[in-house]
Amino acid sequence: MSTHERTAGAHAPIETSIPTAHTLERPADTGAQRVVRIIAGRRARHRRHAVATILLGVLVCVLFAVALMVGDRFYSPDQIVRVVLGESVPGASFTVGELRLPRAVLAVLTGLGFGMAGVTFQTLLRNPLASPDIIGISHGAGAAAVVGIIVLSLDGPAVSLLALGGALATAALIYALSIRGGFAGTRLILIGIGVAAVLQSVIAYLLSRAASWDIQTAMQWLSGSLNNASWERVLPMAIAAVIVMPLMLSQGRSLGAMQLGDDSAAGLGVRVNATRMLFILGAVALLAFATAAAGPIAFAAFMAGPIAARITGPGANLLLPSAFVGAALVLGSDLLAQFALGARYPVGVVTGVLGAPFLIYLLIRTNRSGGSL
Amino acid sequence: MTAAHTLAAESVTLAYGDRTVIEGLDLSIAPGRITSIVGANGCGKSTLLRALARLLSPAGGQIVLDCTSVHARPSKEVARVLGLLPQSPVAPEGIAVADLVGRGRHPHQRMLARWSAQDYAVVADALDATGISDLADRSVDELSGGQRQRVWIAMALAQQTDILLLDEPTTFLDVAHQVEVLDLLTDLSASRGTTIVMVLHDLNLAARYSDELVAMKDGRVHAVGAPEEIVTAELVQEVFGLANQITIAPVSGKPMVTPIGRHHVR
Repeated sequence: MSTHERTAGAHAPIETSIPTAHTLERPADTGAQRVVRIIAGRRARHRRHAVATILLGVLVCVLFAVALMVGDRFYSPDQIVRVVLGESVPGASFTVGELRLPRAVLAVLTGLGFGMAGVTFQTLLRNPLASPDIIGISHGAGAAAVVGIIVLSLDGPAVSLLALGGALATAALIYALSIRGGFAGTRLILIGIGVAAVLQSVIAYLLSRAASWDIQTAMQWLSGSLNNASWERVLPMAIAAVIVMPLMLSQGRSLGAMQLGDDSAAGLGVRVNATRMLFILGAVALLAFATAAAGPIAFAAFMAGPIAARITGPGANLLLPSAFVGAALVLGSDLLAQFALGARYPVGVVTGVLGAPFLIYLLIRTNRSGGSL
Repeated sequence: MTAAHTLAAESVTLAYGDRTVIEGLDLSIAPGRITSIVGANGCGKSTLLRALARLLSPAGGQIVLDCTSVHARPSKEVARVLGLLPQSPVAPEGIAVADLVGRGRHPHQRMLARWSAQDYAVVADALDATGISDLADRSVDELSGGQRQRVWIAMALAQQTDILLLDEPTTFLDVAHQVEVLDLLTDLSASRGTTIVMVLHDLNLAARYSDELVAMKDGRVHAVGAPEEIVTAELVQEVFGLANQITIAPVSGKPMVTPIGRHHVR
């Protein structure tokens, strides 16, 4: 009996020493080498993200230049540069300086705004369907604008102002309805879809009662259009973009931590409620100003984030890439809408045609993977 | 990470809306030890852990970290001392293991700064300690449940906190992976002196792996102490309302609970 115990006791240390022996079997992989390997892996992902983001930025610049050059008359880059620098170029000064430049600038700004606002909602609510043009905020702007055009016979800046108020009020309403007993993303999405349906029917009702000339104005506005672009329309959107975008970009890492769930983010020292409030207010402001300036350009906010995620690779910060994708989408769609389709359509028609199949694709994909962005 | 940090609840009252779950609870956590909170469903053990992790503000009393209320200090500063692994954290789709573990560096990083050499070293160390170095570049989505739980623990390690709170770290794991995770936590406690506080469902694993047990019943601390001292048939009967027999497990020398149900009893 005692010998047996002694043998068992003698075996024990050998058994526990096996893991040490195992680690010694691979002396090649020292701590320093492991760090090098991790650095290499992360650098590669980082590089892909950086290169993709820069290429998207370049794409926006190219489309911007094309939008300035192409039209009823072609102007060379040289002429464009001279117009932008303030020189007087016969013909080009008006066409480029007063028509094409504000239009292209508005396309870029609203595109950046829609893209960043969309991906913010999609990230915070961990659902690609949670874009503001699906959860009713854009519908709020639309309904308010239609009320302005049809009921109050307003036009121009007054309609934009009303749309701004409509978007903000709808966002506040959805938030207030869904906040009961703590923040829950799914509830907010469902309530938002419900609110969108209600507002949709308000719009349909108003259109059915409207005079035919008002219907045309209202439909033009509802589909999202850059046709009325002017420097007066650019200015409020530009101010919103300059204030809000850097603020959101500077907090990008906190948004990344919030992807892990509220509890994990709080454990990492993120002030969850304050951060969420900052991003929701920022996204709603961008969206409201962009919609006020150009109408609810269909699906621009919805498509930007998922496209940016495919391009830049998983797990990366999507705010800037999505903004670039949004800008490229709006610029590119507007070029298509103006020049590729025979007649001049509002930009929202093209983004709508692109967005509908994309929505179906995402629905199928989400259903399969249950995944977020 | 010099002197051991202390964490305590001082006459804490915790409520969800009007429903008070815990009233006037006092508890101080043993520094450098493994403490498990056990009790029946709904006894308030997860609520207490959430309060210790400052996810829930007490309606009365306070959670004290090193002599100051945890809510009075900047969140990021607390996050350098107090880490948390919640019950169901979410991995962003497609994220690589090393990147997710690196998220644990958040409280040590400035706003837009890139990873420092120290960040890389700490992440490598955390991957190594949890035995997932070889998975560094894999996508978290592809991993098994046990591997994924290691990734989350590695992320908590990368946070480099002296205190680590875990809410049911073994749920959804099969028994082999449960033991694996608890062995890993024991290694950490032994090698780094990390104070570990966790909620565990399995009383036998809690008794086996904890230095201190906190047995809760109806929102109160029913008993605190080393498993060998407090785990008795009477205690289990009182806390869980379960007729049972306590034996000493031959493998560990720790108390082991065998429930006495209505069937298959000799």
